[in-house]
Amino acid sequence: MPALLEARDLRAGYGPPDVLHGIDFTVEEGGVTALLGANGAGKTTTLRALCGMIRRSGRITLGGERIERAATEEIVRRGVGHVPDGRGTFLELSVEENLRLGAYTRRDRAGVAADMERMFGYFPRLQERLRQQAGTLSGGEQQMLAIARALLVKPRLLLLDEPSFGLAPLIVREIFHILRRINAEERTSILVVEQNASLALDLADHAFLLETGRIVVSGTASAIRQDETVRRSYLGY
Amino acid sequence: MNGLLHQISSGIASGAIYASVSLALVMIYQATHHVNFAQGEMATLSTFVALTLIHAGVPFWAAFVITVVLSFGLGVAVERVLMRPVMNAPVLTSVGVFIGLLLVINALDGWIFGFTIKAFPSPFHSAHPLLGGLVSPHELGETGLTVVVLLLVWAFFRFTPLGLAMRAAAHNPVSARLCGVNVSRMLGLGWGLAAAIGAAAGIMVAPVVFLDPNMMSGILLYAFAGALLGGVDNPFGAVIGGFIVGVLENIFGAYIVGTELKLTVALIIIVAVLLVKPTGLFGRAVQVRV
Repeated sequence: MPALLEARDLRAGYGPPDVLHGIDFTVEEGGVTALLGANGAGKTTTLRALCGMIRRSGRITLGGERIERAATEEIVRRGVGHVPDGRGTFLELSVEENLRLGAYTRRDRAGVAADMERMFGYFPRLQERLRQQAGTLSGGEQQMLAIARALLVKPRLLLLDEPSFGLAPLIVREIFHILRRINAEERTSILVVEQNASLALDLADHAFLLETGRIVVSGTASAIRQDETVRRSYLGY
Repeated sequence: MNGLLHQISSGIASGAIYASVSLALVMIYQATHHVNFAQGEMATLSTFVALTLIHAGVPFWAAFVITVVLSFGLGVAVERVLMRPVMNAPVLTSVGVFIGLLLVINALDGWIFGFTIKAFPSPFHSAHPLLGGLVSPHELGETGLTVVVLLLVWAFFRFTPLGLAMRAAAHNPVSARLCGVNVSRMLGLGWGLAAAIGAAAGIMVAPVVFLDPNMMSGILLYAFAGALLGGVDNPFGAVIGGFIVGVLENIFGAYIVGTELKLTVALIIIVAVLLVKPTGLFGRAVQVRV
């Protein structure tokens, strides 16, 4: 499989010091890659660097085109949907308005309407709450809203920042089940950041492990799951 | 009784002006969390431009439209040239820029157009008393036009994709960017829109209060009171607050404190709101997580 996203010597940070110290990784077309690591390892920073939300250097290509100098909104237009840390809900706006914002860059009205319907297929609860203010949704519903909003961009690559964060186990299972369907049915490639490693490894085909801004292990998900030392020292189960 | 009704109706007329300026203040406050102290002076400058056009023979409504469009450009330029460089600077820096802008525009107005008080023509004439003599033709026309402007602004924000993107950029700029919204362009548009609304308000109020470089300073104070009363983060509340302040000001001026102390009413409202209900009538308390 060809690589959809490729990062080479990616360095990034919030102030002068680097949080990421030159990492290399790829996300394959149509695949699911998991980015694992402890608190503060640089997982969220990696996603933010890919989307141009923070200072970064190195080389990032999306489908062969360089994007490391592009502005965030430009990267989104080129096909990256980002479900950010903290879900990024527009709390004051209605659910419908949140979804319309997801499709903001698109001009194909019919396509948007069809995609909206498909989202309601994945997340029927969003349709029930369409007119409701998004701030009144539960955490799980807001996570679904964030995923639907990012998918309405019609992304080639979906970035997910801890989709399980703060949610009840049943909701987490539902969301990961839907993510699997989205990957299979929409052919959307996924890069998922997770603290819950076993959950992420079930979904992913490839994974890499970050430790204080460096990649320490990478490989196929099954190899990482079976690697005894990796499991003991990093994944904690 | 008729006297009271008269006070209320002319309070609504001046309230419409306060509501417009309140809305302009709140729009910028929502997007930047700064209060544009120069909002009034920018409107005064626009009104001078309109008067110059009218004196040059341009018909009133053409001058109105040209001025509103030019003011939009002025607002965009102020954001781009003055505000963007200090976007991430501490609050006091922005306050300094706003106050500097206020003084510069005020002095420019006097320098270019003179400090003398000038009459401003009203486009609304009628030989007959309206609504049983309760309101003057200008009051009625001015209120009507202001309400139309406010409705247009509301419809723009409520029903157009661009309006939605501007609201999104104001509420949550990070998420807006992740939806592909160009947030800095939205900020410029917001400034332009606020300046345009201010210009319309300035032109509508000038026939009543007459035009001089300090025309808007009192009005800005009432607009602050209106914005605070309605909730400084709520455009709808700001508009309602503006109308309430207009009516209260008139009633207090006529029956309680006298016209000389009218401006005190605005200050009392500001202090009272901050003491009793800092979020205003329609505002929400902001919780900051630390």
